[in-house]
Amino acid sequence: MKRNLILSLVLVLVLSLGVAAAAAPKSVMVTDVGGLGDQSFNDAAWRGLNRAKEELGVDIAVVESSMMTDYEPNLSNLAESGADLIWAVGFLMTDAVENVASLYPNTKFGLIDAVVDEPNVLSFTFKDHEASYLAGVFAAMWTETGKIGFIGGMDVPVIERFESGFRAGVKATKPDAEILIGYAGNFNDPGKGKELALTQYNQGADIIYHAAGATGLGLIEAAKETGKWAIGVDSDQTVLDPEHVVASMLKRVDNAVFYGVEALVNDEFVATHLELGLAEGGVGLAYSKGIEIPESILTAVEAANEDIVSGKIEVPGTRAEL
Amino acid sequence: MNIGDFFGTALFSSTLRMATPLIFASLGGVFAERSGIVNIALEGIMLVGAFVGMVVSYYTQNPWLGVLLAMLAGGAVSLILAINSIALKADQVVTGVAINIFALGITGFMLRRLFGHAGQSPSVAKLADWSIPIIKDLPILGPILGKHTPPVYLALLAAVLSHIVLYKTPLGLRIRAVGEHPRAADTMGVDVFKIQYLCVFISGLLGGLGGATLSLGLLSSFVENMTAGRGFIALAAMIFGKWTPLGALVACLFFGYADALQMLAQTLGIVFIPREFILMLPYLLTMAVLAGVIGRAVPPAAEGKPYER
Repeated sequence: MKRNLILSLVLVLVLSLGVAAAAAPKSVMVTDVGGLGDQSFNDAAWRGLNRAKEELGVDIAVVESSMMTDYEPNLSNLAESGADLIWAVGFLMTDAVENVASLYPNTKFGLIDAVVDEPNVLSFTFKDHEASYLAGVFAAMWTETGKIGFIGGMDVPVIERFESGFRAGVKATKPDAEILIGYAGNFNDPGKGKELALTQYNQGADIIYHAAGATGLGLIEAAKETGKWAIGVDSDQTVLDPEHVVASMLKRVDNAVFYGVEALVNDEFVATHLELGLAEGGVGLAYSKGIEIPESILTAVEAANEDIVSGKIEVPGTRAEL
Repeated sequence: MNIGDFFGTALFSSTLRMATPLIFASLGGVFAERSGIVNIALEGIMLVGAFVGMVVSYYTQNPWLGVLLAMLAGGAVSLILAINSIALKADQVVTGVAINIFALGITGFMLRRLFGHAGQSPSVAKLADWSIPIIKDLPILGPILGKHTPPVYLALLAAVLSHIVLYKTPLGLRIRAVGEHPRAADTMGVDVFKIQYLCVFISGLLGGLGGATLSLGLLSSFVENMTAGRGFIALAAMIFGKWTPLGALVACLFFGYADALQMLAQTLGIVFIPREFILMLPYLLTMAVLAGVIGRAVPPAAEGKPYER
């Protein structure tokens, strides 16, 4: 009985593999430990895959990783199963992709937010500083006190990119604005994030932008409590509190994934490193739907957007370039 | 920049808020260690407390009920430590570390089971601020102490109460005796195990309360691993305070002040001290205390040693 069950399972597996290979291309993804429902990267990647399924007719699947040690087995299992393009979501998976990609040279891999230089890996990174520049323009136009805050998680190159772009946007729009900078030292302490935000608000800031992961959730609480404003990051955080989170920087992981699958379907897949900025629709700025945003701000942000896309403005990605 | 900012009321108000979760956990540490049990599980106990408080408030819209159940959950987790270290004579530090890892896993797991996603919980009802009549109208003291989330006041009260219990009651005398010389206490008719179970349980109640302070007092949601090392800092504060409730209180306020100060210094753009150094300062102070640079820290004599009757 048991043996029959196993036999039939194997048969089903073999058959389904055969069918899949003959039919539509298969693109699958492995989440990082955040998993589906993180309201951030993993969800965005899954949205991109679903769009690809609808518009391009590819087969999709997702495997969630519960631990960092799951990355490699998850990736290689999918490679064994005959998937055509496997997505690894998040820079934490860099090493796993590097190892697995070289073991399966005939399988294609897509990596989000990090770069692996292998002949079968397409890497996507994002020009966070460009969208942060728009957030800076927004904040400079929005502020009434002339003081604007920035809260970073850890002082690492990625976050420095956010800070530099943001500061450049503020300075270009309102040269005399004062920018208050604070780093919490981690990405998972909303208690500290809130206290940092309260300190900045207390020093006169009335709008604060964050690039601090879960630490930044404290900023949103502080904005609500003090009746001041915040700008969210990565996903559309305006939905968390539309009256106080007036805008949100977006990282369009969904677009990256969709482009990658599209390239696969059209036989244009090239293993390379693509940096997605405003021009490529890889990053952007979302506005709150729960509060009225003056026309002048929308116009200013749109103008800055056009200037960056056309190359008229070069946004600094490090403090040294500021 | 104004030098007055460093002594401003906002800074002290911030200090109190930063110190509050530490105070509860630190007092919890004092109770456990004074009875001879090392409670390194405070970090995990706080995390469980923060989680349970959030869940109860989410389903009942009653944050006070959340606080109560957070305390009981903390107490329940502490009983794992108690049974392991008192009845089974297991290594207390190893058990504590295991509980911390367990707490991180179980809260993350339950978060996904209950709300369908990892990372953070939905926003829940939080404790309404208390504003204290008379005090809130005073100059200087008013802005510092006048209006806060309730745990801030409860923490100050808990420190004073703990002092009274430990130093002014027969129970306190027994607790201290058990931590110093359980054999002697036993021969005097003190039930050593009962005292230790009680103290570890109190420690769990306080740790749970410290966790609920984060998720229901200072914030209104749960985030994975949101305690961010506070359980360990609280233990350091306990040592800084030489295993006394009032000493721990002062130490926690000092740590809170250091943290609030570094945030203000960053905000004011003080660049002659590197940001990393300022962020490091509270931890440097902790190490200085542990190394005995600031006063001699003498732990209870029988601490960490399982008592055999």
